[in-house]
Amino acid sequence: MDDTKNKLTMVVFSGELDRALAAFIIATTAASMGMEVTMFFTFWGLNIIKKNEGSLHGKGWMRKMLNMMNRGGTKRLAMSKLNMMGMGTSMMKKMMKQNKMYSLDEFIALAKESGVKMIACTTTCGLMGLEDADFRPEVLTSAGAAFFLGEAKESFTTLFI
Amino acid sequence: MKADQKLDCVGLYCPLPIVKTAAKFKEMKVGEVLEVTADDKGIKLDMPAWAKSTGHELLGIEEKGGEYKVYVKKIH
Repeated sequence: MDDTKNKLTMVVFSGELDRALAAFIIATTAASMGMEVTMFFTFWGLNIIKKNEGSLHGKGWMRKMLNMMNRGGTKRLAMSKLNMMGMGTSMMKKMMKQNKMYSLDEFIALAKESGVKMIACTTTCGLMGLEDADFRPEVLTSAGAAFFLGEAKESFTTLFI
Repeated sequence: MKADQKLDCVGLYCPLPIVKTAAKFKEMKVGEVLEVTADDKGIKLDMPAWAKSTGHELLGIEEKGGEYKVYVKKIH
C-alpha cells in the first residue's frame, strides 16, 4: 500500500550552526512549497532547540556536568569547520547579516510560523536529563523512534542531517 | 509583462525569495499575477520548481542587467 504524502521528515542529529542552518533552510523552503514538514531532533541536534537562557535540568552529577559542558542554545552553536575558538563562527554570522540572510533564530521562528513540526527525541532527553521545559517554545513535543518512522513512512523525502 | 502585485527580493538569497513568494501568494486572489524581482540567479531554477510543486503557473522569467523578473500566476 502506497501511503506516501507530499511530506518531508528530517532527523537532525548534528548540533553545529552550519548543519542547523542547512536543516532549517530546507525545512522552511519545503513548508513554503506546500509540504508537511517534521523535524526530529536527537543527540547533539537537541542543542539547536535548547533555550538560550537559564540552566538546564538533569539529575545526578554526570548529567549536570554534561548539561554544563554541552549547554547548547542557538547562541552557543559553533560551525563544524573553521570555528577558530568562536572567531570563525562570529565572522560567519556577520557575513550572513551583510547578505541579509536570516539568523538561525529567525529561521526557527519562520519554521514554526509555517507549520513545521519540531519534535525532541525522548530517549536522548531521558539519557541527557532534559525536560520539555529545557526547549524553546517552538518545540511541539517529544516522541520516540516509532513516531519518526511513522512520519518517515508517509514521506516522499527523508533526510538525516 | 503585466502584474497585479509586486515583490522586491533584490539582495536576498535562497530560500527567502521563495519563502516570501509563498507568503505573498496566501494574500493574493486566484488569477492574479505576481512579479518577483530578484538578483540571486538561483531563482531561475527555484521558481519553476516551486510553481510546479505548488500547482501555480510560471508565466516567464525576464533577465536584465543581473536582475530577474519572474512572473507567477495564482491558480488555486
